Amino acid sequence: MRTSRKKLFLALFAFVMVAALAGAFPAEAQQTYAITHAKVFPISGPPILDATVVIRDGKISAVGKGAAIPSGAKVIDAKGLEVYPGMFNAVTELGMNEIGQVDASVDTHELGEYNPQLVAATAVNPASAHIPVTRADGVTHVIAAPGMGGGRGGGGGAQVIIGGQASLFNLAGWTMDEMKIKTSAAMVINWPALPGGGGGRGGAAPQGAAPAGGANRAEYDRQIAEITEWLERARHYSAAMQANKAAVERDLKLEALVPVVKGELPFFVVANQANQIREAVAYCDKQKVRMILATGNAAGEVKELLKEKSIPVILRPVLTLLRGEDDPYDQNLTLAAQLSAAGVKIAFGSFGNEFARRLSQWAGVSVAFGLSHDEAMKALTINPAEMFGVGKELGTIEVGKMANIIVTTGDPLELNTEVRYLFIRGQLTSTDNRHRQLYEEYRKRQ
Amino acid sequence: MNLTTQKNYRKFVLGLSIAVMAAVVIAVSSWPSQAQGNSEVTLIKNATILTVTKGTIQNGSVLIRNGKIAEVGTNIQAPAGATVIDGTGMFVMPGIIDCHSHIAVDGGVNEGSISVSSMANILDVLNPVDIDIYRDLAGGVTSANVLHGSANAIGGQTTVIKLRWGQPAEKLVFEGALPGIKFALGENPKRSNSTVLPGQPRRYPATRMGVEDVIRQAFTEAVEYKKKWENYNRRKATGELNLIPPRRDLRLDPLVEVLEGKRYVHSHCYVADEILMLIRVANEFGFKVRTFQHVLEGYKVAKEMAAHGAGGSTFSDWWAYKLEAYDAIPYNAALMTQKGVIVSINSDDAEEAQHLNQEAAKTMKYGGLSHDEALKLVTINPAKQLGIDNRVGSIEVGKDADLVIYNHDPLSVYAVVQKSIIDGKVYFDRQKDIANRAEIAKEKQALLDKERQAGAGRGGRGPGGGRGPGDSIQDREE
Repeated sequence: MRTSRKKLFLALFAFVMVAALAGAFPAEAQQTYAITHAKVFPISGPPILDATVVIRDGKISAVGKGAAIPSGAKVIDAKGLEVYPGMFNAVTELGMNEIGQVDASVDTHELGEYNPQLVAATAVNPASAHIPVTRADGVTHVIAAPGMGGGRGGGGGAQVIIGGQASLFNLAGWTMDEMKIKTSAAMVINWPALPGGGGGRGGAAPQGAAPAGGANRAEYDRQIAEITEWLERARHYSAAMQANKAAVERDLKLEALVPVVKGELPFFVVANQANQIREAVAYCDKQKVRMILATGNAAGEVKELLKEKSIPVILRPVLTLLRGEDDPYDQNLTLAAQLSAAGVKIAFGSFGNEFARRLSQWAGVSVAFGLSHDEAMKALTINPAEMFGVGKELGTIEVGKMANIIVTTGDPLELNTEVRYLFIRGQLTSTDNRHRQLYEEYRKRQ
Repeated sequence: MNLTTQKNYRKFVLGLSIAVMAAVVIAVSSWPSQAQGNSEVTLIKNATILTVTKGTIQNGSVLIRNGKIAEVGTNIQAPAGATVIDGTGMFVMPGIIDCHSHIAVDGGVNEGSISVSSMANILDVLNPVDIDIYRDLAGGVTSANVLHGSANAIGGQTTVIKLRWGQPAEKLVFEGALPGIKFALGENPKRSNSTVLPGQPRRYPATRMGVEDVIRQAFTEAVEYKKKWENYNRRKATGELNLIPPRRDLRLDPLVEVLEGKRYVHSHCYVADEILMLIRVANEFGFKVRTFQHVLEGYKVAKEMAAHGAGGSTFSDWWAYKLEAYDAIPYNAALMTQKGVIVSINSDDAEEAQHLNQEAAKTMKYGGLSHDEALKLVTINPAKQLGIDNRVGSIEVGKDADLVIYNHDPLSVYAVVQKSIIDGKVYFDRQKDIANRAEIAKEKQALLDKERQAGAGRGGRGPGGGRGPGDSIQDREE
């Protein structure tokens, strides 16, 4: 009896410890919520009228017309409002880059060309003013990525090739431990520039240029050989570790690359030119490495290839100046529709932070230029969740999923729609932020 | 304005009117549909007309004659021979006016070597074949205030254009619009974010104190210069002989025009203190700041701006790209409006200009402006700021027929420009644009093939050159 009680206690203790470490269950019991009389857009299926969504212990515990409201639940009457999964900004520098031109406030780019061991989450400031500002417009979780788009000013001029691990986290929490969903969600790699690729603006990333244009073939081949060398070493390292861990000297960079060569962690490939994308796709295919592509309008030129190889694409802000003088004026605006029609899975990302809240606007403009509204909503929710391997936990309103939910005054893609309630991991989260506070403060000035 | 400039200005205006006349003759003679050749008449019918100043007309029509709005109402019959545009399901609004643009400029926009570059003039470097003119037209922009960059406390002269794509440079100029001059305060003129190469001296000013000093110094000189000319002109008028005119100063001429109210000051700025500083300096020298541009902290000192009579031309929701943009809030436009400032939303960027209607729409969410108030931010308000509201900015009889036709309410994210019309002439037509693409692609391919044959083995820029490397966020924000 005593033994079994002890065992039970130990098991319980272990469970509590694991749960606490996982950060899934905060110490205090969570409030249960019931959102009632809402038009619910689950994304996984057609909209449900006059529906109830029950949120319990951070998760969605019931969805449907007439779902039972648990006793003690706080009821939010959402009559006339609409319920959607929280939006997912699939690439940002949130928390890592406070003020673009103030170096001391920017922690995105480390020195050195190959830094697979770096993790974005380490540099994310949970108190960043960007976090509440961005979530007020319905973005509940984001990827923050390090080292995108080559070197920063502080980077000593050296180019970044492998920038580090991108992290997925919720936009609410006192610490990263409370915010994190997946600290290692992808490995950032800036694809080396090819000759004839042109230079120019690296799209929206405020650090600007991707590896500079005008590269020569020999330089490109050298860089690819280096990447291959890193992957080969990681494979050997992995094999050696498996054979006899004690005999292997620990190597943090190789250790970080092991999940990549095992196909567990995708490469997050930043490439702006069609020829770079073709090379990257062929390379990752050959190396049996999973790949997420972060790019702009070059994706349109290679959409069949992307479809064939099932490469998902995170689009740069569609409201970006076109580079080619002869490009159709709406080339960026129709890009999402083109890719979607070709069967490519898409998501949207802001890359930088200063336009992070324009996420739904980009999707909306893409709808104006041919993307279906359904696909646009998926691109903001379930698509990026699936890309980063959390499609079972996030991205739709289904029982068992993390309760990242927005309650809006209408179509989330429309410019005057407001987010009335915001749930992150089942917690009713404030939409107050620095901008609203300054507004309220100076509104009072006589 | 002194005599010499006045003479040159007259010459310029004369030349311009000749050019305009000639162009009208050419244009008229090339209108095949006009048998009589006396007037071009277009009727847009069955559309929702957003007049901006006189409410919204459902199932309305706009009659255009000789490039002007001749009639606005519900039951307008098409005159014989009129071109009829069926606007069923469409929305017609006044052409968008972008109060801060750098399109149609040949080369750089910053004469950054000196702190007072008032002798440089955008008018001299207008580039009518800049593709951004066409792209901004495709976003519904029909007029733009084309500005010098923000590298200098007192920058170059600015000019208002109409986006008459396909016309020569002199025909881009908005006839009769008062020219302006760019001022700039804060991080850009003090070069906070630009790299100084080794051995290169830093340029004065490097602080906001220095920025004020540069402006006061320049106006102190301008006042003296103005006095010299006035004295000379007075003595000359009395018939005094053998007078030597003062030495002409191209740097000070435009500042004298500012003092005389003949040239608008459009000042780039961010933080509240520097806005107040320029108001003080303007009051000291007796001139007006016509608009504060960007003015991201305008909401903090809207009262003082309103009292001075300055307009505010701002961004919708851009922030935190630099220190002086950290207190930028998307409520700025609404808050300044509520405090009595005439406010516009500008682009400062060829791409941003393509969706200024959307940027204006955000003020309904951020600050609760009404639909009409939001529309004003990109139409009649920038027209007022540029002193061209007697010509454009609303749909009213007698105004220029500068109109945009959308397939949805222009404040919806789903609205796509179908046609952009300037002076009654369609300069952008989405259906035609789409229809012409195959032809243009073919032509481009033929040219590429030809070049490839001719220049085999010769190096050159690859495709997709566009703006060169080294462009940074700073170039975007001028």
